[in-house]
Amino acid sequence: MQLFLEQLTNGLAVGGIYALIALGYTMVYGVLKLINFAHGDLFTIGAYLGLTLLLSLGLTDHLGPLAGIAVLAAMVMGLVAVIGALLERVAYRPLRTSPRLSAVVSALGASIFFQNAVMLLYGARFRVFPHDLLPTTAITLFGVNIPVMRIILFATSLLLMAGLYAFVQKTRTGMAIRAAAIDQGAAKLMGIDVNRVIMYVFLIGPALGGVAGLMVGLYYGQINFTMGWVYGLKAFTAAILGGIGNIPGAMLGGLLLGVIEAMGATYISMAWKDAISFLVLILILIFRPTGILGERVADKV
Amino acid sequence: MLLRVENLTVKYGNVEVLHGLNLHVAKGEIVTILGANGAGKSTTLMTISGLVRSSSGGIFFHDRPLHQLEAHGIVGLGVAQVPEGRRVFTTLSVRENLHLGAFTQTDPALIRRNLDWVYEMFPILRTRRSQLAGTLSGGEQQMLAIGRGLMANPKILLLDEPSLGLAPILVKSIFSTIREINKSGVTIVLVEQNARLALKLADRGYVLETGRIVLEDTAKGLLADPEVRTAYLGGV
Repeated sequence: MQLFLEQLTNGLAVGGIYALIALGYTMVYGVLKLINFAHGDLFTIGAYLGLTLLLSLGLTDHLGPLAGIAVLAAMVMGLVAVIGALLERVAYRPLRTSPRLSAVVSALGASIFFQNAVMLLYGARFRVFPHDLLPTTAITLFGVNIPVMRIILFATSLLLMAGLYAFVQKTRTGMAIRAAAIDQGAAKLMGIDVNRVIMYVFLIGPALGGVAGLMVGLYYGQINFTMGWVYGLKAFTAAILGGIGNIPGAMLGGLLLGVIEAMGATYISMAWKDAISFLVLILILIFRPTGILGERVADKV
Repeated sequence: MLLRVENLTVKYGNVEVLHGLNLHVAKGEIVTILGANGAGKSTTLMTISGLVRSSSGGIFFHDRPLHQLEAHGIVGLGVAQVPEGRRVFTTLSVRENLHLGAFTQTDPALIRRNLDWVYEMFPILRTRRSQLAGTLSGGEQQMLAIGRGLMANPKILLLDEPSLGLAPILVKSIFSTIREINKSGVTIVLVEQNARLALKLADRGYVLETGRIVLEDTAKGLLADPEVRTAYLGGV
């Protein structure tokens, strides 16, 4: 039981990270019907930028660990958001009216570009996050040992998701994003600047993906220039699991996948961890291609 | 003149679908555009709204060149469209759909007033305001689409086939609502397959055939025109 609860908390923490990345896939897909294959690499960039800023600014020394990391996270989000918006301008907007495959190829190209840029700038070796800067204490809850870092991560991802949900549901811009995802032409007839909506999506998605990269660095302590590929694929699975194009679906899919994976690794085999995730993807694609909260296709007549 | 379309040419790829279209709409008028499927009626409206780009010619609203503006700027000037097939946001509520119609509006009091006006015109929308638009019947969705168009506080409303797929009794009530909207000061451009009904409502009309205006007259004149009678009003 103790092992189960421990793995549950671990799964939720990792799942929160998957969910944050998945939101970027799902929002871009919702508005552009494009899988942004470079999204996983924006996540990697978030991790590396986080490491650089952590080492060079000494925020945790000046502000204490919690406030320092909060400021760091905000900076990473801002920077990766800008990179995301630039990506859209350079790689996707010129192809807006081209066949869909062109944009997909462009996305793959952008992914290769980012991955190699990170490798050239930081080297191909694993980089290590300094552990002495971060809180390493654990608390005991119902007999379960939970690292404080895990709680901070999970709380942060929940907070970001709640913030996004409120933004999309309650604000004018959020409503414009939802309208553009349903029918771009009709959204234009409402006076919505769809280009601006797409820009917002490419600011928000990469910001969340970037901060997820930072969180992985903080949680596991080491990062690599190829990490975006595996995490991107997992988060993509999570987005499909929840129903691609659906924002609450990405959140649910991410958390669920994190827990499934943690349980599979514990009770089946650690070596099969990734295989279990992708088995989930295959099963979803076979039995419920629209995902758990997938779009109600019947309404689209 | 409120709206002028001058020598408008539109191409889809290499295919020219509108060949130098000219039409004008005066303030307060109801002008109808008749024509068979594929004549270019919807393309004309979509080009006015800025969703389709013209390859030459101009569209002027109060002498401002609409063809140089993006779609969202055109709505902001007071040119709203109720598109063919209604295109309501099916997975959003009725209320959200109406608020999206007012996306370009910044005065909360005006939005409130327009919302009350729409609810008064279509009481069923008030009853169903929390329902998803996709759950409404075809007639209700058409009411929502028109209501959503009015929320933009338009000076001119472009209506594309509002009678499409509706029962005759509903068509009648939609058309009397269009008259009511016009009386409140909104100029109307109406594209319709149901030529008889459209001409009864309109002040003037244009007949569009394969991308060209072939006839232009008062509605009374067109109703009496022998060619219009055989081609669009079912003979006699």
